[in-house]
Amino acid sequence: MRDDKIIICRCEDVTLADVKRCLEEGYTNFEDLKRQLRVGMGPCQGQTCSALIQREIAKFTHKAMKDVPIQKTRPLIIGVELRAIKDGAIDES
Amino acid sequence: MKANQVIIGAGISGCSIAYHLAKKGMKNIVVVDKSYLTSGATGRCGAGIRQQWGTEANCILAKKSIEFFETAKEELEYEGDIEFKQEGYLILATDKPELDRFSKNVKLQNSLGIPAKLLSVEESLKIVPYLNTSAFVGATFCQTDGHLNPFKMTEAFYLAAKRLGVQFFFFEEVKEIIVENNKITKVITDKHEIDTSVVVNAAGGFAKEIGDMVGIDIPVFSENHEILVTEPIEKIQGPMLMSFTQNFYCQQVPHGSFLMGRSTPNQVHSHDISSSWSFLDEMAKTICHIAPKIGELRVIRQWGGSYNVSPDKQPIIAEAENLKGFYIACGFSGHGFMFSPMTGEIISNMILNRKNEISPDLFKLNRFSEKELNAVEQSVV
Ligand SMILES: Cc1cc2nc3c(=O)[nH]c(=O)nc-3n(C[C@H](O)[C@H](O)[C@H](O)COP(=O)(O)OP(=O)(O)OC[C@H]3O[C@@H](n4cnc5c(N)ncnc54)[C@H](O)[C@@H]3O)c2cc1C
Repeated sequence: MRDDKIIICRCEDVTLADVKRCLEEGYTNFEDLKRQLRVGMGPCQGQTCSALIQREIAKFTHKAMKDVPIQKTRPLIIGVELRAIKDGAIDES
Repeated sequence: MKANQVIIGAGISGCSIAYHLAKKGMKNIVVVDKSYLTSGATGRCGAGIRQQWGTEANCILAKKSIEFFETAKEELEYEGDIEFKQEGYLILATDKPELDRFSKNVKLQNSLGIPAKLLSVEESLKIVPYLNTSAFVGATFCQTDGHLNPFKMTEAFYLAAKRLGVQFFFFEEVKEIIVENNKITKVITDKHEIDTSVVVNAAGGFAKEIGDMVGIDIPVFSENHEILVTEPIEKIQGPMLMSFTQNFYCQQVPHGSFLMGRSTPNQVHSHDISSSWSFLDEMAKTICHIAPKIGELRVIRQWGGSYNVSPDKQPIIAEAENLKGFYIACGFSGHGFMFSPMTGEIISNMILNRKNEISPDLFKLNRFSEKELNAVEQSVV
Protein backbone atom coordinates (compact mmCIF):
# COMPACT_ATOMS: atom_id res chain seq x y z
CA MET A 1 0.00 0.00 0.00
CA ARG A 2 1.24 3.49 -0.82
CA ASP A 3 2.50 5.63 2.06
CA ASP A 4 0.15 8.46 1.11
CA LYS A 5 -2.81 6.10 1.49
CA ILE A 6 -1.88 4.99 4.99
CA ILE A 7 -3.49 7.15 7.67
CA ILE A 8 -1.34 7.49 10.79
CA CYS A 9 -3.40 10.12 12.62
CA ARG A 10 -7.16 9.85 12.21
CA CYS A 11 -7.97 13.09 14.02
CA GLU A 12 -5.96 15.24 11.65
CA ASP A 13 -5.76 13.03 8.53
CA VAL A 14 -2.00 12.67 8.57
CA THR A 15 -0.48 9.98 6.34
CA LEU A 16 2.64 7.90 6.65
CA ALA A 17 4.04 9.86 3.70
CA ASP A 18 3.62 13.11 5.68
CA VAL A 19 5.48 11.63 8.63
CA LYS A 20 8.30 10.33 6.46
CA ARG A 21 8.67 13.68 4.69
CA CYS A 22 9.08 15.47 8.03
CA LEU A 23 11.61 12.92 9.23
CA GLU A 24 13.60 13.54 6.03
CA GLU A 25 13.42 17.28 6.70
CA GLY A 26 15.17 16.73 10.01
CA TYR A 27 12.22 16.73 12.42
CA THR A 28 13.09 13.53 14.20
CA ASN A 29 11.44 13.89 17.61
CA PHE A 30 7.77 13.61 18.47
CA GLU A 31 7.42 17.20 19.70
CA ASP A 32 8.68 18.56 16.36
CA LEU A 33 6.39 16.26 14.36
CA LYS A 34 3.46 17.33 16.53
CA ARG A 35 4.05 20.98 15.73
CA GLN A 36 4.58 20.30 12.02
CA LEU A 37 1.69 17.90 11.46
CA ARG A 38 -0.69 18.33 14.44
CA VAL A 39 -0.25 14.64 15.34
CA GLY A 40 -1.23 14.18 18.97
CA MET A 41 -3.18 17.46 18.98
CA GLY A 42 -6.58 16.09 18.00
CA PRO A 43 -9.44 14.85 20.19
CA CYS A 44 -7.78 11.47 20.87
CA GLN A 45 -4.58 13.23 22.00
CA GLY A 46 -2.28 10.76 20.29
CA GLN A 47 -3.82 7.58 21.59
CA THR A 48 -3.96 6.18 18.06
CA CYS A 49 -0.90 7.68 16.43
CA SER A 50 1.74 7.92 19.09
CA ALA A 51 2.95 4.31 19.03
CA LEU A 52 2.86 4.29 15.21
CA ILE A 53 4.92 7.45 15.03
CA GLN A 54 7.26 6.28 17.74
CA ARG A 55 8.00 3.25 15.57
CA GLU A 56 8.70 5.41 12.50
CA ILE A 57 11.06 7.64 14.50
CA ALA A 58 12.81 4.59 15.94
CA LYS A 59 13.30 3.12 12.46
CA PHE A 60 14.53 6.41 11.02
CA THR A 61 16.95 7.23 13.83
CA HIS A 62 18.06 3.61 14.42
CA LYS A 63 17.00 3.69 18.04
CA ALA A 64 15.06 1.26 20.17
CA MET A 65 11.38 2.22 20.55
CA LYS A 66 11.82 2.54 24.30
CA ASP A 67 14.42 5.27 23.70
CA VAL A 68 12.05 7.41 21.63
CA PRO A 69 10.00 9.76 23.83
CA ILE A 70 6.40 10.47 22.78
CA GLN A 71 4.33 13.60 23.30
CA LYS A 72 3.43 14.96 26.72
CA THR A 73 0.08 13.73 27.99
CA ARG A 74 -2.18 16.66 28.81
CA PRO A 75 -5.57 17.04 30.40
CA LEU A 76 -8.45 16.49 29.54
CA ILE A 77 -8.77 12.75 28.99
CA ILE A 78 -11.92 13.23 26.90
CA GLY A 79 -13.57 16.34 25.50
CA VAL A 80 -15.88 18.15 27.93
CA GLU A 81 -18.19 21.05 27.09
CA LEU A 82 -17.16 24.39 28.55
CA ARG A 83 -20.69 24.95 29.91
CA ALA A 84 -20.57 21.60 31.68
CA ILE A 85 -17.31 22.63 33.31
CA LYS A 86 -18.89 25.94 34.31
CA ASP A 87 -21.91 24.21 35.80
CA GLY A 88 -19.71 21.83 37.72
CA ALA A 89 -17.26 24.47 38.87
CA ILE A 90 -16.82 24.96 42.58
CA ASP A 91 -17.91 28.46 43.52
CA GLU A 92 -15.05 29.98 45.42
CA SER A 93 -16.52 33.43 45.85
CA MET B 1 34.82 26.07 17.86
CA LYS B 2 34.40 29.78 17.16
CA ALA B 3 31.37 31.97 16.43
CA ASN B 4 30.85 35.66 15.80
CA GLN B 5 27.61 35.60 17.75
CA VAL B 6 26.03 33.01 19.99
CA ILE B 7 22.27 33.35 20.37
CA ILE B 8 20.79 31.52 23.36
CA GLY B 9 17.25 30.35 22.65
CA ALA B 10 15.51 29.18 19.47
CA GLY B 11 12.11 30.66 20.20
CA ILE B 12 10.59 33.27 17.90
CA SER B 13 12.96 35.94 19.30
CA GLY B 14 16.19 33.98 18.81
CA CYS B 15 15.14 32.82 15.33
CA SER B 16 14.19 36.34 14.25
CA ILE B 17 17.44 37.79 15.59
CA ALA B 18 19.45 35.08 13.81
CA TYR B 19 17.64 35.74 10.54
CA HIS B 20 18.01 39.52 10.71
CA LEU B 21 21.72 39.31 11.55
CA ALA B 22 22.41 36.84 8.73
CA LYS B 23 20.37 38.86 6.25
CA LYS B 24 22.51 41.89 7.05
CA GLY B 25 25.60 39.91 6.10
CA MET B 26 26.85 38.49 9.40
CA LYS B 27 28.58 35.14 9.11
CA ASN B 28 29.24 32.33 11.56
CA ILE B 29 26.21 32.73 13.80
CA VAL B 30 25.30 29.93 16.21
CA VAL B 31 21.91 29.45 17.90
CA VAL B 32 21.83 27.11 20.91
CA ASP B 33 18.63 25.74 22.44
CA LYS B 34 18.36 23.28 25.29
CA SER B 35 15.30 21.64 23.73
CA TYR B 36 13.43 21.52 20.40
CA LEU B 37 12.37 24.40 18.11
CA THR B 38 9.58 26.46 19.80
CA SER B 39 9.81 24.46 23.05
CA GLY B 40 9.58 27.62 25.16
CA ALA B 41 6.76 30.16 25.35
CA THR B 42 6.67 30.44 21.55
CA GLY B 43 5.19 26.97 21.03
CA ARG B 44 2.68 27.50 23.84
CA CYS B 45 1.39 30.95 23.00
CA GLY B 46 -1.89 32.32 21.69
CA ALA B 47 0.01 33.90 18.77
CA GLY B 48 -2.30 36.88 18.55
CA ILE B 49 -0.97 40.02 16.89
CA ARG B 50 -2.36 43.38 17.89
CA GLN B 51 -1.53 47.07 17.65
CA GLN B 52 -4.12 48.26 20.16
CA TRP B 53 -1.74 49.20 22.96
CA GLY B 54 -1.73 51.86 25.62
CA THR B 55 1.90 52.96 25.36
CA GLU B 56 3.65 54.50 22.39
CA ALA B 57 6.55 52.02 22.52
CA ASN B 58 4.29 48.97 22.30
CA CYS B 59 2.16 50.55 19.53
CA ILE B 60 5.21 51.23 17.37
CA LEU B 61 6.76 47.80 17.94
CA ALA B 62 3.48 46.11 17.03
CA LYS B 63 2.72 48.23 13.98
CA LYS B 64 6.15 47.74 12.41
CA SER B 65 6.03 44.03 13.21
CA ILE B 66 2.67 43.64 11.47
CA GLU B 67 4.11 45.33 8.41
CA PHE B 68 6.76 42.60 8.44
CA PHE B 69 4.24 39.76 8.89
CA GLU B 70 2.23 41.04 5.92
CA THR B 71 5.06 40.13 3.54
CA ALA B 72 6.84 37.54 5.70
CA LYS B 73 6.02 34.58 3.48
CA GLU B 74 7.74 36.21 0.49
CA GLU B 75 10.55 37.86 2.43
CA LEU B 76 11.47 34.59 4.15
CA GLU B 77 10.77 32.52 1.00
CA TYR B 78 8.72 30.14 3.11
CA GLU B 79 7.06 27.28 1.26
CA GLY B 80 4.57 26.50 4.01
CA ASP B 81 1.65 28.59 5.21
CA ILE B 82 2.18 30.94 8.17
CA GLU B 83 -1.65 31.13 8.43
CA PHE B 84 -1.67 34.90 8.87
CA LYS B 85 -5.22 36.14 9.28
CA GLN B 86 -5.97 39.82 9.67
CA GLU B 87 -9.49 39.83 11.02
CA GLY B 88 -8.83 42.15 13.89
CA TYR B 89 -9.00 42.21 17.67
CA LEU B 90 -12.29 43.15 19.30
CA ILE B 91 -11.43 44.42 22.77
CA LEU B 92 -14.42 44.72 25.07
CA ALA B 93 -14.83 47.48 27.66
CA THR B 94 -16.83 46.32 30.65
CA ASP B 95 -17.52 49.67 32.28
CA LYS B 96 -17.45 53.39 31.56
CA PRO B 97 -13.99 54.13 33.04
CA GLU B 98 -12.50 51.38 30.90
CA LEU B 99 -14.25 52.73 27.82
CA ASP B 100 -12.83 56.20 28.60
CA ARG B 101 -9.34 54.73 28.86
CA PHE B 102 -9.88 52.96 25.54
CA SER B 103 -10.88 56.18 23.85
CA LYS B 104 -7.54 57.71 24.96
CA ASN B 105 -5.74 54.62 23.66
CA VAL B 106 -7.51 54.89 20.29
CA LYS B 107 -6.39 58.53 19.98
CA LEU B 108 -2.80 57.49 20.65
CA GLN B 109 -3.11 54.57 18.21
CA ASN B 110 -4.63 56.74 15.47
CA SER B 111 -1.91 59.35 15.92
CA LEU B 112 0.63 56.62 15.15
CA GLY B 113 -1.26 55.50 12.03
CA ILE B 114 -2.98 52.48 13.62
CA PRO B 115 -6.55 52.17 12.23
CA ALA B 116 -8.31 51.31 15.51
CA LYS B 117 -11.81 52.61 16.26
CA LEU B 118 -14.33 52.75 19.09
CA LEU B 119 -17.47 50.68 18.62
CA SER B 120 -20.85 50.65 20.33
CA VAL B 121 -22.38 47.41 21.60
CA GLU B 122 -24.56 47.19 18.45
CA GLU B 123 -21.58 47.72 16.15
CA SER B 124 -19.65 45.03 18.03
CA LEU B 125 -22.48 42.56 17.47
CA LYS B 126 -22.10 43.03 13.71
CA ILE B 127 -18.61 41.60 14.07
CA VAL B 128 -19.30 38.91 16.70
CA PRO B 129 -23.07 38.33 16.86
CA TYR B 130 -23.16 35.95 19.84
CA LEU B 131 -21.78 38.29 22.50
CA ASN B 132 -23.73 38.73 25.72
CA THR B 133 -24.84 42.37 25.47
CA SER B 134 -25.04 42.76 29.23
CA ALA B 135 -21.37 41.79 29.58
CA PHE B 136 -19.86 44.92 28.00
CA VAL B 137 -20.57 48.60 27.30
CA GLY B 138 -18.52 49.17 24.15
CA ALA B 139 -15.37 48.01 22.39
CA THR B 140 -12.45 48.91 20.21
CA PHE B 141 -11.61 47.18 16.96
CA CYS B 142 -8.62 47.21 14.65
CA GLN B 143 -9.00 45.27 11.43
CA THR B 144 -5.29 44.82 10.70
CA ASP B 145 -4.65 43.00 13.99
CA GLY B 146 -4.77 39.22 13.77
CA HIS B 147 -3.23 35.84 14.31
CA LEU B 148 -0.46 33.56 13.01
CA ASN B 149 0.52 29.92 13.42
CA PRO B 150 3.40 30.16 15.91
CA PHE B 151 5.08 26.93 14.81
CA LYS B 152 5.02 27.87 11.16
CA MET B 153 6.10 31.47 11.71
CA THR B 154 9.06 30.37 13.81
CA GLU B 155 9.93 27.71 11.26
CA ALA B 156 9.86 30.37 8.53
CA PHE B 157 12.52 32.41 10.40
CA TYR B 158 14.45 29.25 11.25
CA LEU B 159 14.62 27.89 7.69
CA ALA B 160 15.50 31.31 6.25
CA ALA B 161 18.28 31.73 8.83
CA LYS B 162 19.58 28.23 8.07
CA ARG B 163 19.67 28.97 4.36
CA LEU B 164 21.78 32.04 5.15
CA GLY B 165 24.28 29.85 6.97
CA VAL B 166 23.18 30.12 10.61
CA GLN B 167 23.95 26.97 12.62
CA PHE B 168 21.39 25.65 15.08
CA PHE B 169 22.23 23.30 17.95
CA PHE B 170 19.15 21.75 19.57
CA PHE B 171 18.99 19.74 22.80
CA GLU B 172 22.13 21.55 23.92
CA GLU B 173 22.12 23.67 27.07
CA VAL B 174 24.23 26.75 27.80
CA LYS B 175 25.84 26.12 31.18
CA GLU B 176 28.34 28.92 31.56
CA ILE B 177 29.49 32.15 29.94
CA ILE B 178 33.11 33.12 30.53
CA VAL B 179 33.89 36.81 31.02
CA GLU B 180 37.49 38.02 31.28
CA ASN B 181 38.42 41.67 31.91
CA ASN B 182 34.82 42.63 31.40
CA LYS B 183 34.71 40.98 27.97
CA ILE B 184 32.84 37.85 26.95
CA THR B 185 35.26 35.20 25.70
CA LYS B 186 33.43 31.90 25.68
CA VAL B 187 30.08 30.13 25.89
CA ILE B 188 30.17 26.67 27.43
CA THR B 189 27.36 24.23 26.70
CA ASP B 190 26.94 20.60 27.69
CA LYS B 191 28.34 19.66 24.27
CA HIS B 192 30.63 22.45 23.02
CA GLU B 193 32.93 25.26 24.04
CA ILE B 194 32.33 28.17 21.71
CA ASP B 195 34.79 31.07 21.52
CA THR B 196 32.85 34.29 20.99
CA SER B 197 32.73 37.91 22.11
CA VAL B 198 29.02 38.45 21.47
CA VAL B 199 26.15 36.67 23.23
CA VAL B 200 22.44 37.32 22.68
CA ASN B 201 20.24 36.28 25.58
CA ALA B 202 16.92 35.24 24.01
CA ALA B 203 16.24 32.57 26.61
CA GLY B 204 12.63 33.58 27.31
CA GLY B 205 11.55 32.37 30.75
CA PHE B 206 15.18 31.63 31.62
CA ALA B 207 16.63 35.00 30.59
CA LYS B 208 17.25 35.99 34.20
CA GLU B 209 19.33 32.85 34.80
CA ILE B 210 21.40 33.61 31.69
CA GLY B 211 21.98 37.15 33.03
CA ASP B 212 23.15 35.64 36.32
CA MET B 213 25.81 33.69 34.40
CA VAL B 214 27.56 37.00 33.59
CA GLY B 215 26.67 38.79 36.81
CA ILE B 216 24.01 41.03 35.25
CA ASP B 217 20.80 41.38 37.18
CA ILE B 218 17.85 41.44 34.77
CA PRO B 219 14.71 42.56 36.64
CA VAL B 220 12.29 40.05 35.14
CA PHE B 221 10.37 37.09 36.51
CA SER B 222 8.55 34.13 34.99
CA GLU B 223 5.01 33.06 35.72
CA ASN B 224 2.72 30.37 34.40
CA HIS B 225 -0.09 31.39 32.05
CA GLU B 226 -2.59 28.74 31.12
CA ILE B 227 -4.52 28.25 27.90
CA LEU B 228 -6.87 25.70 26.37
CA VAL B 229 -8.07 24.53 22.97
CA THR B 230 -11.48 23.24 21.87
CA GLU B 231 -12.61 20.86 19.17
CA PRO B 232 -12.59 22.43 15.68
CA ILE B 233 -15.87 23.69 14.18
CA GLU B 234 -16.82 25.62 11.04
CA LYS B 235 -15.71 29.24 11.06
CA ILE B 236 -17.91 31.44 13.23
CA GLN B 237 -15.48 34.03 14.61
CA GLY B 238 -13.17 36.38 12.71
CA PRO B 239 -11.39 38.48 15.33
CA MET B 240 -9.64 37.77 18.59
CA LEU B 241 -12.02 38.63 21.42
CA MET B 242 -10.49 40.01 24.57
CA SER B 243 -11.10 41.94 27.75
CA PHE B 244 -8.59 43.18 30.30
CA THR B 245 -11.09 43.60 33.13
CA GLN B 246 -12.82 40.28 32.42
CA ASN B 247 -9.35 38.80 32.07
CA PHE B 248 -9.55 36.64 28.94
CA TYR B 249 -8.72 36.29 25.27
CA CYS B 250 -10.41 33.94 22.81
CA GLN B 251 -9.64 33.28 19.17
CA GLN B 252 -10.84 30.84 16.52
CA VAL B 253 -7.80 29.72 14.55
CA PRO B 254 -7.98 28.76 10.84
CA HIS B 255 -7.91 25.07 11.79
CA GLY B 256 -11.33 25.66 13.38
CA SER B 257 -10.56 25.20 17.06
CA PHE B 258 -10.88 27.96 19.64
CA LEU B 259 -7.90 28.98 21.75
CA MET B 260 -8.60 30.79 25.00
CA GLY B 261 -6.59 31.89 27.99
CA ARG B 262 -6.57 34.10 31.03
CA SER B 263 -4.03 35.06 33.65
CA THR B 264 -4.15 33.61 37.14
CA PRO B 265 -4.37 36.37 39.77
CA ASN B 266 -1.46 36.41 42.24
CA GLN B 267 0.39 33.77 40.29
CA VAL B 268 3.64 32.72 41.98
CA HIS B 269 6.86 33.61 40.20
CA SER B 270 8.38 30.34 39.03
CA HIS B 271 9.16 28.15 36.04
CA ASP B 272 6.07 26.02 36.64
CA ILE B 273 4.07 25.44 33.44
CA SER B 274 1.61 22.82 34.64
CA SER B 275 -2.17 22.75 34.10
CA SER B 276 -4.74 23.37 36.83
CA TRP B 277 -8.42 22.56 37.23
CA SER B 278 -9.01 26.01 38.69
CA PHE B 279 -7.94 27.60 35.40
CA LEU B 280 -10.41 25.38 33.57
CA ASP B 281 -13.21 26.41 35.96
CA GLU B 282 -12.50 30.13 35.73
CA MET B 283 -12.00 30.08 31.97
CA ALA B 284 -15.28 28.20 31.47
CA LYS B 285 -17.18 30.64 33.71
CA THR B 286 -15.74 33.68 31.93
CA ILE B 287 -16.37 32.53 28.38
CA CYS B 288 -19.89 31.27 29.17
CA HIS B 289 -20.67 34.73 30.53
CA ILE B 290 -19.22 36.68 27.58
CA ALA B 291 -20.23 34.38 24.73
CA PRO B 292 -22.57 31.57 25.88
CA LYS B 293 -22.56 29.95 22.44
CA ILE B 294 -18.86 29.14 22.78
CA GLY B 295 -19.77 27.27 25.95
CA GLU B 296 -21.23 24.54 23.73
CA LEU B 297 -17.76 23.57 22.53
CA ARG B 298 -15.77 20.73 24.05
CA VAL B 299 -12.36 21.39 25.53
CA ILE B 300 -9.79 19.00 24.11
CA ARG B 301 -6.60 19.99 25.83
CA GLN B 302 -5.06 22.53 28.19
CA TRP B 303 -1.46 23.51 28.86
CA GLY B 304 0.67 26.29 30.32
CA GLY B 305 3.62 28.46 29.34
CA SER B 306 5.85 31.11 30.83
CA TYR B 307 5.27 34.83 30.62
CA ASN B 308 8.58 36.58 31.22
CA VAL B 309 7.50 39.82 32.86
CA SER B 310 9.32 43.17 33.26
CA PRO B 311 8.42 45.90 35.77
CA ASP B 312 6.72 48.12 33.14
CA LYS B 313 5.30 45.22 31.08
CA GLN B 314 7.41 46.24 28.12
CA PRO B 315 10.35 44.29 26.73
CA ILE B 316 14.04 44.70 27.40
CA ILE B 317 15.76 44.82 24.00
CA ALA B 318 19.21 46.11 24.74
CA GLU B 319 22.95 45.74 25.07
CA ALA B 320 23.84 45.52 28.76
CA GLU B 321 25.26 48.88 29.86
CA ASN B 322 27.88 47.16 32.03
CA LEU B 323 28.98 44.40 29.69
CA LYS B 324 29.61 45.21 26.05
CA GLY B 325 28.72 42.35 23.74
CA PHE B 326 25.96 41.02 25.99
CA TYR B 327 22.61 41.61 24.29
CA ILE B 328 19.25 40.94 25.89
CA ALA B 329 15.80 40.32 24.38
CA CYS B 330 13.38 39.32 27.12
CA GLY B 331 10.69 40.60 29.48
CA PHE B 332 8.05 40.56 26.74
CA SER B 333 5.39 40.21 29.42
CA GLY B 334 3.22 37.95 27.29
CA HIS B 335 3.62 39.70 23.93
CA GLY B 336 6.93 38.66 22.48
CA PHE B 337 5.49 36.70 19.64
CA MET B 338 3.89 39.69 17.94
CA PHE B 339 6.97 41.91 18.47
CA SER B 340 9.48 39.38 17.15
CA PRO B 341 10.22 40.98 13.76
CA MET B 342 11.16 44.23 15.51
CA THR B 343 13.14 42.36 18.16
CA GLY B 344 15.28 40.90 15.39
CA GLU B 345 15.57 44.21 13.59
CA ILE B 346 16.57 46.20 16.69
CA ILE B 347 19.09 43.72 18.13
CA SER B 348 20.75 43.13 14.75
CA ASN B 349 21.13 46.87 14.20
CA MET B 350 22.64 47.25 17.67
CA ILE B 351 25.17 44.49 17.02
CA LEU B 352 26.10 45.99 13.66
CA ASN B 353 26.27 49.52 15.10
CA ARG B 354 23.50 50.69 12.82
CA LYS B 355 20.95 53.27 13.83
CA ASN B 356 17.50 52.09 14.87
CA GLU B 357 14.45 54.04 13.74
CA ILE B 358 12.88 53.63 17.16
CA SER B 359 14.71 55.05 20.20
CA PRO B 360 16.61 52.28 22.01
CA ASP B 361 16.13 54.16 25.29
CA LEU B 362 12.58 52.84 25.49
CA PHE B 363 13.85 49.29 25.85
CA LYS B 364 17.14 49.69 27.70
CA LEU B 365 18.05 47.56 30.69
CA ASN B 366 18.76 50.28 33.22
CA ARG B 367 15.53 52.21 32.67
CA PHE B 368 14.08 50.66 35.83
CA SER B 369 16.76 52.10 38.08
CA GLU B 370 16.11 55.63 36.85
CA LYS B 371 13.70 58.02 38.48
CA GLU B 372 11.60 58.47 35.41
CA LEU B 373 10.13 55.10 34.60
CA ASN B 374 8.38 54.44 31.29
CA ALA B 375 4.62 54.57 31.34
CA VAL B 376 3.43 51.15 32.51
CA GLU B 377 1.39 49.22 29.94
CA GLN B 378 -2.15 48.65 31.30
CA SER B 379 -3.59 46.88 28.29
CA VAL B 380 -2.55 43.35 29.19
CA VAL B 381 -4.15 40.01 29.98
C1 LIG C 1 -0.29 31.07 27.27
C2 LIG C 1 0.47 32.12 26.54
C3 LIG C 1 -0.16 32.92 25.59
C4 LIG C 1 0.54 33.91 24.90
N1 LIG C 1 -0.11 34.63 23.93
C5 LIG C 1 0.59 35.52 23.20
C6 LIG C 1 -0.04 36.23 22.13
O1 LIG C 1 -1.22 36.05 21.87
N2 LIG C 1 0.71 37.11 21.41
C7 LIG C 1 2.04 37.32 21.68
O2 LIG C 1 2.66 38.13 21.01
N3 LIG C 1 2.66 36.67 22.68
C8 LIG C 1 1.97 35.77 23.44
N4 LIG C 1 2.60 35.12 24.46
C9 LIG C 1 3.99 35.46 24.77
C10 LIG C 1 4.97 34.83 23.81
O3 LIG C 1 4.77 33.44 23.79
C11 LIG C 1 6.41 35.10 24.24
O4 LIG C 1 6.60 36.45 24.56
C12 LIG C 1 7.38 34.75 23.12
O5 LIG C 1 7.08 33.49 22.57
C13 LIG C 1 8.79 34.77 23.64
O6 LIG C 1 9.66 34.22 22.68
P1 LIG C 1 11.17 34.02 23.02
O7 LIG C 1 11.81 33.47 21.81
O8 LIG C 1 11.70 35.29 23.57
O9 LIG C 1 11.18 32.97 24.25
P2 LIG C 1 10.87 31.40 24.24
O10 LIG C 1 9.95 31.01 23.18
O11 LIG C 1 10.52 31.04 25.64
O12 LIG C 1 12.26 30.76 23.86
C14 LIG C 1 13.35 30.71 24.74
C15 LIG C 1 14.18 29.50 24.40
O13 LIG C 1 15.38 29.53 25.17
C16 LIG C 1 15.75 28.22 25.47
N5 LIG C 1 16.66 28.24 26.63
C17 LIG C 1 16.41 28.70 27.88
N6 LIG C 1 17.49 28.55 28.66
C18 LIG C 1 18.46 27.99 27.88
C19 LIG C 1 19.81 27.58 28.11
N7 LIG C 1 20.40 27.71 29.31
N8 LIG C 1 20.50 27.04 27.09
C20 LIG C 1 19.92 26.88 25.86
N9 LIG C 1 18.66 27.25 25.60
C21 LIG C 1 17.94 27.80 26.59
C22 LIG C 1 14.44 27.51 25.74
O14 LIG C 1 14.55 26.12 25.54
C23 LIG C 1 13.50 28.18 24.74
O15 LIG C 1 13.33 27.42 23.54
C24 LIG C 1 1.92 34.13 25.18
C25 LIG C 1 2.57 33.33 26.12
C26 LIG C 1 1.87 32.33 26.79
C27 LIG C 1 2.59 31.48 27.80
